[in-house]
Amino acid sequence: MTAPLVSVDGLAKQFPASPTLRGFGQSRPAVRAVDGVSFTIGPAQTLGLVGESGCGKSTVGRSVLRLVEPDAGSITVDGLDVRGLGRAELRLARRRMQIVFQDPYGALNPRMTVRQALAEPLAIHRLAAPAERSRRVDALLEEVGLDASFASHFPHELSGGQRQRVGIARALSVEPKFLVLDEPVSALDVSIQAQVLNLLVDLQQRRGLTYLFIAHDLAVVKQVADDVAVMYLGRLVERAPAATLYSTPRHPYTAALLSAVPVPDPTSRRSRIPLAGDPPSPFAPPAGCPFHPRCPHPRKDERCRTERPALREVAAGHTAACHFATEPLP
Amino acid sequence: MSELLLRVRDLRTYFVTERGSGTARAVDGVSFDLYAGETLGVVGESGCGKTTTALSLLRLITEPPGHILPGSLIEFEGRNVLALPPRDLQALRGGEVAIIFQEPMTSLNPVLTVGAQIAETVIVHERASRRAARARTVELLQLVGIPDPAVRADAYPHELSGGMRQRVMIAMALACRPKILIADEPTTALDVTIQAQILELLDHLQDELGMAVLLVTHDLGVVAGAVDRVLVMYAGQVVEAAPTAELFSRPLHPYTEGLLASVPRLDTPRRRLPSIPGQVPSATAWPGGCRFHPRCPYAWERCRAEDPGLGDGDVTGPDTHVARCWLLVEPERRARPA
Repeated sequence: MTAPLVSVDGLAKQFPASPTLRGFGQSRPAVRAVDGVSFTIGPAQTLGLVGESGCGKSTVGRSVLRLVEPDAGSITVDGLDVRGLGRAELRLARRRMQIVFQDPYGALNPRMTVRQALAEPLAIHRLAAPAERSRRVDALLEEVGLDASFASHFPHELSGGQRQRVGIARALSVEPKFLVLDEPVSALDVSIQAQVLNLLVDLQQRRGLTYLFIAHDLAVVKQVADDVAVMYLGRLVERAPAATLYSTPRHPYTAALLSAVPVPDPTSRRSRIPLAGDPPSPFAPPAGCPFHPRCPHPRKDERCRTERPALREVAAGHTAACHFATEPLP
Repeated sequence: MSELLLRVRDLRTYFVTERGSGTARAVDGVSFDLYAGETLGVVGESGCGKTTTALSLLRLITEPPGHILPGSLIEFEGRNVLALPPRDLQALRGGEVAIIFQEPMTSLNPVLTVGAQIAETVIVHERASRRAARARTVELLQLVGIPDPAVRADAYPHELSGGMRQRVMIAMALACRPKILIADEPTTALDVTIQAQILELLDHLQDELGMAVLLVTHDLGVVAGAVDRVLVMYAGQVVEAAPTAELFSRPLHPYTEGLLASVPRLDTPRRRLPSIPGQVPSATAWPGGCRFHPRCPYAWERCRAEDPGLGDGDVTGPDTHVARCWLLVEPERRARPA
């Protein structure tokens, strides 16, 4: 068993309460966006992190890179204690860990050409002499499947898929080992989404990259992930090797999430597990198991309402946070 | 055979773009029929013209820059929608034909309670009294599965979740018992568990109220589970039309074939996804000949030179399966992709 490249233990991030604006409106209590999340990712492996909007998955991704400052927990990436780094050290460490966002349009400077956007990190990190940069940019473009002629384009002249390729190229320019991919294909059309997913898989193989792949779409995650972790209201509720999670989930939320994904086959007779209601507000998470108000488990009982189930191992490499996780789901 | 509600023939909606970069031919010759009680899916990727088609049906295109070209026909129960005087058009919108959009937050007025907004529809269209409109509002909120409808009627849009807001939009759309509900990506902004709830709700309401639904979506999974018949759009045109089961089991157009193959799915083992090479062309410069030919694995000279058309039979009959592709004329070419 090789040592993990990324290990995160007890990660927590709370966003502070917002006071009332000069006495108008209601004040908002603090929200625990991430509440004790732990995971590891092996070198050149992909952990898929899935969950619905507001579950805290993006905050996890950003906290790991300290793009938002976590409140607690330890983060190790490639042997570096990320939380212990000072400002200058953190900046240096960013060479090893990068992020790709959902909307590359928001992530790219509209006044910079593709060439400038890709050369900038090389200059900042002094990775290439000015003369060398242009050649490196061309190589990066080729690696992400873009013609060298795109180098002179501005972001608005590119399609969504092309912009995402530039976003990926920019992240790769500093030769990181670890990439956080935050909904990297959610904004793309199906035919383009497949292209970008295939590109990410190829890059991982070629460069030995380690991915934290954050997405709401379980079918997309299935294409790339070795392991999958499911989040609900700021916590992990299940984690397992991908094949196990998709075939035999142990948490009723995972099962319901899987059953809700539409399958492009009109003859499919999958039964949907209906989930009543909306995800609860993270400002006022329910007591006990945070999923209990929506949980369809037939054995749901008083304990679910009062006692929060711990994340525990139910099989080798498979953990779930449900009082009934030791038994297969009915 | 159920009754024909809507007849669309050769619909063309163009936009004159700024800075003279040309005319965007967003919808470029779309024809279809919609029958009472059926669900017709319109599927395609961004920029294919599916939303512009939906908006054109109620003349919701902003003019300028948009305009529906002369020669286009939209006929609702025999009435020419494109020639309706403003008063009649207003009665049609939200009356017999209602529409819901992707983002309910931008469709709702943030400073009015949702109940007031639903009641307004009832008052305007049915000349109901305030009291009667209020009663109808609560009834509608109940119909769309909102708990405590009498209380929720007094909520402002921001106090509701995305799923609840979409239910409010549906309630408002149903206020006048429309014969047609146009749903433009109604679940795209919602989480998957909420999407499942809304799709189930639409299905149930349709059974109960017998309205026809035109469901516009990019999601083939949603189409597979929710509609009777599908139009696949590409580059402003319908490229394939078929009953849902037919389309998925026997796609005829290479675009449909490519789209179906490239969807990541849960029900099959992981494999490398086939993708469609290239990008969707720009609406100001659709390729000549067959518009899909630059991305098509089968394309040959004829595809570059001539538009194959959608076939000259009944374009959109409930059971017809048609595709805009020369492979239908020369099927032997399908065996050997270039």
